[in-house]
Amino acid sequence: MVDTMLNYEEGRCNKLGFEETELRLGLPGAGEKSNANYGKRGYEETVDLKLNLSTKDVGNLDQSDLKEKTLSKEKNLLPCPNDSVKPPAKAQVVGWPPVRSFRKNVMAVQKVSDSEETEKGSGGAAAFVKVSMDGAPYLRKVDLKMYKSYQELSDALGKMFSSFTIGKCDSQGMMDFMNESKLMDLLNGSDYVPTYEDKDGDWMLVGDVPWEMFVESCKRLRIMKGTEAKGLAPRAMEKCKSRS
Amino acid sequence: MAYSFPEEVLEHVFSFLSSDRDRNAVSLVCKSWYEIERWCRRRVFIGNCYAVSPDIVIRRFPEVRALEMKGKPHFADFNLVPEGWGAYVHPWIRAMSAAYPLLEEIKLKRMVVTDESLELIARSFKNFKVLVLSSCEGFTTDGLASIAANCRNLRELDLRESEVEDLSGHWLSHFPDNCTSLVSLNMSCLGSEVSFSALERLVARCPNLRTLRLNRAVPIEKLPNLLHRAPQLVELGTGAYSAEIRSDIFSNLAEAFSVCKQLKGLSGFWDVVPAFLPAMYSVCSGITSLNLSYATIQSPDLVKLVSQCRNLQRLWVLDYIEDTGLEALAASCKDLQELRVFPSDPFGAEPNVALTEQGLVSVSEGCPKLQSVLYFCRQMSNAALVTIARNRPEMIRFRLCIIEPQAPDYLTLEPLDAGFGAIVENCKELRRLSMSGLLTDKVFEYIGNHAKKLEMLSIAFAGDSDLGLHHVLSGCESLRKLEIRDCPFGDKALLANAAKLETMRSLWMSSCSVSFGACKLLGQKMPRLNVEVIDERGPPDSRPESCPVEKLYVYRTVAGRRADMPGFVWTMDGDKSLTFS
Repeated sequence: MVDTMLNYEEGRCNKLGFEETELRLGLPGAGEKSNANYGKRGYEETVDLKLNLSTKDVGNLDQSDLKEKTLSKEKNLLPCPNDSVKPPAKAQVVGWPPVRSFRKNVMAVQKVSDSEETEKGSGGAAAFVKVSMDGAPYLRKVDLKMYKSYQELSDALGKMFSSFTIGKCDSQGMMDFMNESKLMDLLNGSDYVPTYEDKDGDWMLVGDVPWEMFVESCKRLRIMKGTEAKGLAPRAMEKCKSRS
Repeated sequence: MAYSFPEEVLEHVFSFLSSDRDRNAVSLVCKSWYEIERWCRRRVFIGNCYAVSPDIVIRRFPEVRALEMKGKPHFADFNLVPEGWGAYVHPWIRAMSAAYPLLEEIKLKRMVVTDESLELIARSFKNFKVLVLSSCEGFTTDGLASIAANCRNLRELDLRESEVEDLSGHWLSHFPDNCTSLVSLNMSCLGSEVSFSALERLVARCPNLRTLRLNRAVPIEKLPNLLHRAPQLVELGTGAYSAEIRSDIFSNLAEAFSVCKQLKGLSGFWDVVPAFLPAMYSVCSGITSLNLSYATIQSPDLVKLVSQCRNLQRLWVLDYIEDTGLEALAASCKDLQELRVFPSDPFGAEPNVALTEQGLVSVSEGCPKLQSVLYFCRQMSNAALVTIARNRPEMIRFRLCIIEPQAPDYLTLEPLDAGFGAIVENCKELRRLSMSGLLTDKVFEYIGNHAKKLEMLSIAFAGDSDLGLHHVLSGCESLRKLEIRDCPFGDKALLANAAKLETMRSLWMSSCSVSFGACKLLGQKMPRLNVEVIDERGPPDSRPESCPVEKLYVYRTVAGRRADMPGFVWTMDGDKSLTFS
């Protein structure tokens, strides 16, 4: 019976075969010492949790170690053993503070009567757009206001879709569309190219306008194979030509 | 066994039972009561659409008239559930279109609804009356047009906070001229402008219209036209509440409001211009519910409005109200039961308003009926929480979000364990709790010991070890929903309390330390739970077993594993092999 098997109060948890499966806690980054302890103590320990253990006795886990590892990084990924962990940058934590995107998107369009128009734009409110990648099984949503440049967006997208590479940006953070041959290299390669649908419903190559303008006009993102994005090149070319 | 009463009498008696709990209890008395009850159950509530299947519901309850169902986990509201996860309603609509031709009501929350589903609803149910889509997505205004055009007896169409692909406002014009049955229309989430004359005519010919929530595109100058045609309105959501300041607009508005003697609820107020607020003063004394959470106006204007609403029971507002505004609220609104304060600038590094823990303390002191709180702020102290707890022991819902993760008591720099401990110790009726700030395992000990009526708990960036989770799972007797993110909880507490999970609706854990191996074990040992791993890094078995999973969603079910899982969800099945759908 499942309930007797799992009735830890009667100390019969070993029936679950905990030792058989040798299920170690294996917390990422926890030292060898801790692993060995957990392996030995196994299930009976949980019986004792209520009775006589203080938090110190439960494990030799380094508290600060744990906190660092559980604080979310940019895309809410947990490290496997040996991954290095960066402390979270502010406003990079997915889903925190827990404000609904619905609410954030609505606030974004309103003017603040006290006119706190800062460098952030409309008061730091969000701009969520859907991101799809050709061949990937799922969509994501990103908040464009979380990034300050194409490079930051490119890094974030790269992490989200790990087989994806984006063309390099120049020092001003814009894709180098001034150079026709560079553009053709990009589009002929097997790399993926980010494209976006703007407010007029046109599909454009990402990077052809200044970042702030892009954030305002981007409705959705699609990451497609370079060769498929060729159809968009003419528009980019026109812009190149009109600038030079 | 001799019957005391014939079946018809029992059925008549049962018809007075509306609560599911009562009906479920009745069903367990004996086989004949089970049979009688199941034939006369008209309303079904399904808290998790994957806990049961359409076939099972239809087989047991053949005469259902109203379905209410929820789909995605709550944390989907904060983007923690990837797109394509599931919660599709279409299989349910398909099954019900054949089995329940007399279906009247469908209420859904956090589900994916398509135009196809809406069209099927419109075609299948001749007596369809109520459609409520709360935080749903996947449909367009074309689907709405089908509903408007075909549901001859439609009473309620409520799209609250759904994500609708807004192709045009033309859908509203599909209500036929002989549609006079509308009682409630909530289109506040839509962007496009509808034909105003169509809207006007619709409102004018529906004498029972009680709730009208307009979208932003309806300008303030046109509001009086609608109010004059529906003076019986009880709940109004305005459109954009701004225009250039002209005395005729103001006086028309004031006059229109003065005619609406039954108004109890107000919402909307996008782009609000403070100068137009006094136009509403004539209705304020009757107002019990006020949603100003999109109104970006400053504290003095908010105070002027709110202090007119002496009978206010529910207030949703932005933190522009500040501590001073909340003090004024506490002084004026003695009937206040629910307060929600939303952040105007949640991602800003520095506070942009003077709203602190003090505002909430004031309200807890001044409002003796306060029982439901949602509060975003940037600083908190144990002392304040203890005060709030002592002031309001009848608190039922307490959700506090301190914007900076793991922020300590700003006065003592200690964890907020003692403060939240006081909340659960004093507020013995507490059913829902969301915590934030710096919290150790100690707070979970308090919760496990005291929060005996707690049904839903939300935890983020808290705790030190498995002991914390163990306290909650072993101590909270009434727990139904537990959602956890970014906490150092791992395998031990979860596995030791596996049986507890069958007594709950669901458990969500993301960015914690639960290993793939433990998930597999849990899935193997608990066949009546679906143990689903969500991991966008690829198959969990391509990494070591000790590697923590990104996200874990565990729920009890009688329907077995689901058949619609996307590529990033794996179910931990009993048969030891890693299964995809």
